[in-house]
Amino acid sequence: MMNLRLMVLLGSVLGGLALAEDPELSAADTAWMLVATGLVLLMTPALAFFYGGLVRSKNALNTMMMSFAALGFVGVAWALLGYSLSLSNPDGNFIGNLSYLFLNNVGLANSGAIVSITIPHVLWMAFQGTFCIITCALVSGAIVERMRFPAFLLFMVLWSLFVYAPLAKWVWGGGFLADLGAWDFAGGTVVHINAGIAAVVAALVLGPRKDFGRQAILPHNVPFVLLGAALLWFGWFGFNAGSAWGASQSASIAFVNTMFAPAATLLVWALIDLIRTGKVTAVGMATAIVVGLVVITPAAGYVSVTSAILMGAIGAFPSYFALLWRARSKMDDSLDVFAGHGIGGMVGAVLTGVFGQKVIMGAEVGYFNGLIAGNPQQVLIQAFAVLIAVVFSGAMTFVLLKLVGAITPLKASAKDEGLGMDVTQHGEEGYGNGEGAILVNTETVAPAGKARAVGGTD
Amino acid sequence: MKLVVAVVRPDKINDVLEALFKAEVRGLTISRVQGHGGETERVETYRGTTVKMELSEKVRLEIGVSDHFVEPTIKAILKGARTGEGGDGKVFVLPVEKVYRIRTGEEDTAAVTPVS
Repeated sequence: MMNLRLMVLLGSVLGGLALAEDPELSAADTAWMLVATGLVLLMTPALAFFYGGLVRSKNALNTMMMSFAALGFVGVAWALLGYSLSLSNPDGNFIGNLSYLFLNNVGLANSGAIVSITIPHVLWMAFQGTFCIITCALVSGAIVERMRFPAFLLFMVLWSLFVYAPLAKWVWGGGFLADLGAWDFAGGTVVHINAGIAAVVAALVLGPRKDFGRQAILPHNVPFVLLGAALLWFGWFGFNAGSAWGASQSASIAFVNTMFAPAATLLVWALIDLIRTGKVTAVGMATAIVVGLVVITPAAGYVSVTSAILMGAIGAFPSYFALLWRARSKMDDSLDVFAGHGIGGMVGAVLTGVFGQKVIMGAEVGYFNGLIAGNPQQVLIQAFAVLIAVVFSGAMTFVLLKLVGAITPLKASAKDEGLGMDVTQHGEEGYGNGEGAILVNTETVAPAGKARAVGGTD
Repeated sequence: MKLVVAVVRPDKINDVLEALFKAEVRGLTISRVQGHGGETERVETYRGTTVKMELSEKVRLEIGVSDHFVEPTIKAILKGARTGEGGDGKVFVLPVEKVYRIRTGEEDTAAVTPVS
């Protein structure tokens, strides 16, 4: 079964004919998408390890829980409302309606979705949901080690509904960016540029950690970072190849590109490391894998394998030097979400317009020709979509943070930050050894000011 | 000669080291320790098991100094480690009977004077 995105696009251009004809349900496509959905969901705990390893040990749990929390908070928000806001309303250009509210009208048939699919509608909803979850989790990298956990939870849920959902609509839900002819295979704009810009804004609104720029803040567990990068890569096969929405030739090229683009980024990154400092670094290599994956994401199903290798290699440079610049700047985007995902996403989106081709390795699985295939205009369209995403994501993230800040403080006190977010936000330690821990009767430690219904005698 | 032993908060150790280096105190040993000095107790919960953490992470510094360095060393530690909250730590000053530098065999004041 072919990915029918082009028909959908043409349909919406002609004015809402998108749902004219649904193809048959395909067992093969369904089988692949069941697996792919699980793979993408795994990326969020993988990110928890990637981010968790990069922070200091006193903040390990807090950092990892920001990603884990997204699985629940954003997951539920997506099912109840987010999906409907993102991917309904074929006539609308800017936002979905409430026709899928609480998963109304989302069934096991392959009909009724905003696009033409060969898998159950409800599975497609879940697959799209995993993207929303990882995107929200990505933003947390900018504000780790200082943002109060309850404030982050509220921000994350609002962000998934009012920043992610509209952007997903514009790109994948037949919105105005799709109508314009901007192509984004698996979410370079919606996921990575979006998260990268939100990260910059969040880092600036919250301000730096108290130790930032004053003392070295080093990763506490580099093996965790490598483990996270490995699992992210594995999950990304579902992210990119799953974005073909079927077990197709398109999925195959996306899969293979997802293997070789990060390979090229890793190689180039290691060489830059080697030439600059004489040593290849582990954190650098883990970062390179993620950057390569980000760069190939928007192009995964639109370019040949050699183009993917070139894209991965080119993509190493901007992110590498953005990282160096950021570390010396005043901006405490703590885990470099902007340099990795923002810059990587922009490079990927623009290069998609350069390397895209209709006929890839003998099969017509692409949807457009890029600069090299003789359509230079595509680069401008891609750049315009990037610009829209940057402006929208930046402005909305700022508004939401101010809103959440008016309800509850965003930032932990300097004292809590010093003690560590694990103890102050969660009352747990990542690496406690239990020495000096005295078992207490749970009845006696009710939160201050709240009387317990069943009280002890003491 | 004195041995200055200080127990400070882990998140203040960088400030303490900075103050010590500014005071030109260069030779020191630090170790991670656990201790209790009257700070507010922390309550942690692990799946229904609630515990009071009586011991907190601390950093112990040991600095052997010649007599005229005692005062600057203590001042630097007090300045760097103080937050004003319970649990800031202690500084102990102990007499030292004998000091040897292993590399040269130098003794006493010569042994605790940093080589440039």
